[in-house]
Amino acid sequence: MENSTSKFINKLELSSSPHIHSKWSTKKVMWFVVLSLLPPLISGIIFFGIYQLLIIAVSVFFAIVTEAIIKKIRKMKITIDDGSAVVTGILLGLVLPPNFSLTATAIGAVFSIAIGKELFGGLGFNIFNPALIGRAFLQAAFPVAMTTWTKPNFSVDTITSATPLAAYKFDRVLTQLKPMIIGNIGGSIGETSAIAILIGGIFLIVVKIVNWRIPVSMILGMILFSGIFWLIDPIKYPNPLFHLFAGGFLLGTFFMATDWVTSPITAKGMWIFGFCISLIVVIIRIFGGLPEGVMYAILIMNAFVPLINRLTEPRTFGEK
Amino acid sequence: MKKQVSYWHEFFKGIWEINPTFKQILGMCPTLAVTVSAINGIAMSLATTFVLIFSSFLISCLRKIIPNQVRIAAYIVIIATFVTIADLIMKAKFPVLSKALGPFVPLIVVNCIILGRAEAFASKNPPIRAILDALGNGAGFFIALTVMGSIRELLGSRTILGYQILPLSFEPLLVMILPAGAFITLGLLMGISNSIIERKKKIEHNTLIEKYKDKMSSTHLSIKSSN
Repeated sequence: MENSTSKFINKLELSSSPHIHSKWSTKKVMWFVVLSLLPPLISGIIFFGIYQLLIIAVSVFFAIVTEAIIKKIRKMKITIDDGSAVVTGILLGLVLPPNFSLTATAIGAVFSIAIGKELFGGLGFNIFNPALIGRAFLQAAFPVAMTTWTKPNFSVDTITSATPLAAYKFDRVLTQLKPMIIGNIGGSIGETSAIAILIGGIFLIVVKIVNWRIPVSMILGMILFSGIFWLIDPIKYPNPLFHLFAGGFLLGTFFMATDWVTSPITAKGMWIFGFCISLIVVIIRIFGGLPEGVMYAILIMNAFVPLINRLTEPRTFGEK
Repeated sequence: MKKQVSYWHEFFKGIWEINPTFKQILGMCPTLAVTVSAINGIAMSLATTFVLIFSSFLISCLRKIIPNQVRIAAYIVIIATFVTIADLIMKAKFPVLSKALGPFVPLIVVNCIILGRAEAFASKNPPIRAILDALGNGAGFFIALTVMGSIRELLGSRTILGYQILPLSFEPLLVMILPAGAFITLGLLMGISNSIIERKKKIEHNTLIEKYKDKMSSTHLSIKSSN
């Protein structure tokens, strides 16, 4: 009797709610993200040379090895085949300046995974975007190397290699819009070409890996907040389109801020999240000491995600 | 009746079991601020230990005279006296170090370790035990600050105590001598020390369970055999 009951129970799949299955597994999602990161990667190689592929390879390699080692030490299942370490590695590589030192890249990758992700408990538990944690660490560790930009191939401007934002902040030079969209300007490996980022980003939105609300709210927020300053004084403050295409804003919009783990889960929360990031970016770019602030803006808002989730919790059915 | 703790344990507990930095998490301000180099950490912890020992001793001697209502004020007066002595000695003998530590030597007056040990231990225990406790806590603080200072100095400026350890080809991580590096180092060291203590506890717990099981089975056997 007892035996037959247990046999029966074994045939049933017993689990707690939710019971809805997603067609996406973590593994599949991560490889789709890797695919979407190819256009910015290719644009980086085109504009800054084949060496950039080496930087990204080193970054990915150390990210994977660190994850495997830490999982082994903590006696957990080694989950490097889910591709999340690969995504972190590629993203970190894309936000580093071209021709960056390989040793420093390795340090950044190890820090991203070890401190940014695994110390919080691994994938799904990290508060901050691991790739941005790695970049923030490198920015603090090697401030000079992190702001040494290489002149891109096919550059219109033959003299300067500064990023459009640095050129505007320190020399009051407004870069033309066309090279900023194509990507032959100074900047991090993957952030210069707006077209390449848009291809990857729109692909992610179309296959519904990335929720459209965060990119849309960030772009609208950027146009709104920088537009206010532009309307106040069009000579002193650059126009909203410049802000939109300059620096790492688009890369951050599509690939960093939309990270599943570190962004809000409610629709209203996503709008708040996106607008706040844009507001902080505009404040840092216009009033801050640094020319660029997308990284810090996203990290700051990552810290507020649990709060946003709680504030925007949807009303349960029947609740007053 | 209260269980009497051995003198040795009174000293040793401050180093590991209730290490002021890693377990009590006291005195964070100097820990984070001055450990940019090993020598700063050593000097700071020695000055703190000096004040800790003498003030603990004096507070322990006076513990029955100081009225309970004004005890904190009385402690502060005693501590401030020794801090002034330490500050003046450092200014006279080690002016460079004194300058490097800046306001943190006078700030020992409000250091939580000293006030904490005075309140939690010295005011309730006889002078010999108070001195041993102060020595142990001082040693614990010394070890913590020296380790932190060494790690940050090594990674942040390639040296330990001014001697070059890492080759010139190693590019120093500037972040390690910035406040962020202090938090990262402290957090990692705390995590390591906690995990070691946790593991030790688990082993002790398991041996206790084993012992209990043995005892149970043996009594069970004896009951059976008597039957």
